[in-house]
Amino acid sequence: MSGQKKWMPRWFYQLASPRWCYDITGKLLPGFVIAALLLLGVGTVWALLFAPADYQQGNSFRIIYIHVPAAILAQSCYMMMAVAGAIGLIWKMKVADMVAKSCAPIGVSVALLALATGAIWGKPTWGSWWVWDARLTSMLILLFLYLGVIALHSAIENEVTAAQSAAVLSLVGLVNIPIIKYSVEWWNTLHQPATFTLTERPAMPAEMWVPLLVMVIGFYCFFAVSLMLRIRNEILHRERRAGWVRQMIGGE
Amino acid sequence: MNPKRKQRLMIVLFIVFGVGIAVGLTMYALSQNINLFYSPTQIAEGEAPEKARIRAGGMVVEGSVKRDPESLRVSFALTDYQETVDVEYTGILPDLFREGQGIVAQGSLDNRGVFQAVEVLAKHDENYMPPEVADALEKSGQMPMPSAEEFNK
Repeated sequence: MSGQKKWMPRWFYQLASPRWCYDITGKLLPGFVIAALLLLGVGTVWALLFAPADYQQGNSFRIIYIHVPAAILAQSCYMMMAVAGAIGLIWKMKVADMVAKSCAPIGVSVALLALATGAIWGKPTWGSWWVWDARLTSMLILLFLYLGVIALHSAIENEVTAAQSAAVLSLVGLVNIPIIKYSVEWWNTLHQPATFTLTERPAMPAEMWVPLLVMVIGFYCFFAVSLMLRIRNEILHRERRAGWVRQMIGGE
Repeated sequence: MNPKRKQRLMIVLFIVFGVGIAVGLTMYALSQNINLFYSPTQIAEGEAPEKARIRAGGMVVEGSVKRDPESLRVSFALTDYQETVDVEYTGILPDLFREGQGIVAQGSLDNRGVFQAVEVLAKHDENYMPPEVADALEKSGQMPMPSAEEFNK
C-alpha cells in the first residue's frame, strides 16, 4: 500500500489488520451487549404487555414484533455479506472475507425465524401456513442463498478459494434483495404491503410502531454482537500461528 | 486504485448489474405468472383461463354475503371497484373474512360465470390500529379501505 495514493479513508485500511480488528471489536462488544439486552428486553415487554391489540387480528398481530425485525435483519445481513464479499474480492482483504463468512450463519437463522413466524402468523390471519406468492417465495430463496454460501464455505478446503466462490454467489443473489422488498408492490400477492417505509408515515399509531422500532434496533444490536463474536473467533482461528495470538493465549 | 483492483471492481459490477438486468427482464416477461391471483377486472375481460384452477383476489362487497342456514354454503361478490365476480364456497371461512375485507379465493369459473371456490384466504392490509381508533374512524367514515390498485398490479 505504501507509496500509493490512499483511495479509501484510513480506518478502511486499518480494518484490513486482523489484530486491529480484534482489538476494536473487543472494545465495542460490551456496549452492544448492553444495548441489545436493554432494547430487546424493553421492546419485548412493551410489545407483549403495553402495545394495544389490533382491531382485526387481536393479540395475534403481536408476532409482528418478531417477524418484521427478523425479516429486515435477514435482508440487511445479506447485503452486508455481499458487500464484504465484494471488498474481499477486490482488495483481497482477509478480514472482509471473515466478515462475509460470519454473516451467513446469522443470516440463515434470522431468515428462518422470519419465515417461521410468518407461517405461524399466516395460519390464523390468512387461513394458510404458506402460499407461493412473490414475497414468501423470494424470502425462501434468500434462505437458500444463505445455505448455499454456508455450503460453499464448508465444501472448499482452501480459505481463499472458498471466500471467493461464496462472494460470487452472494453477489449473484444480491438481485433478490430488491425483489423481496418490491414484490408486494410489483405483483399481486397475499402478503400485505410494508407498514414501515422511509418516505411515509407508518400505517400504525405511535403506540404500536415505537416498540416495533425498539425491537428492530435491538435486533441490529444483537446482530452486531453475534457478528463480532464470530469474527473474533474466526480471526483467532486463522491467525493462530501469528505472534500476537500466541502471545495472548500463552501469556495470559 | 491500482489496475488489478480496478479490473476486479469492474467484474464485480458486471456480475451485479448483469444478473440484475437478466433477472429483471425474465421477471418482467413472467409477470403474469408471478401474480398470485387474477383481479375481477381481468376475469371479466376474459384474461383468466376458464375451467382451469385459478385464484381470484378482491374485496368482499358490502352486503353481498349470503349464508345458507342449512349448510356451510356461502356466496358473496368480489370486487376491485371496477368489475364484480360472484363467488360460491362451502367450508369454513378464515376469522378475518368479513364484508369490506380483501380476500384471495382459489377455484374455477363455472358455466354461469360464477367462481366456485375451494379455498378462501383473507388478505389483510398494512394498516394496524387499536379497536378504539378503528371505532372512531368507522364513525367518521375515514376507515382506510383497500384501493383498486391493491388488486390490479
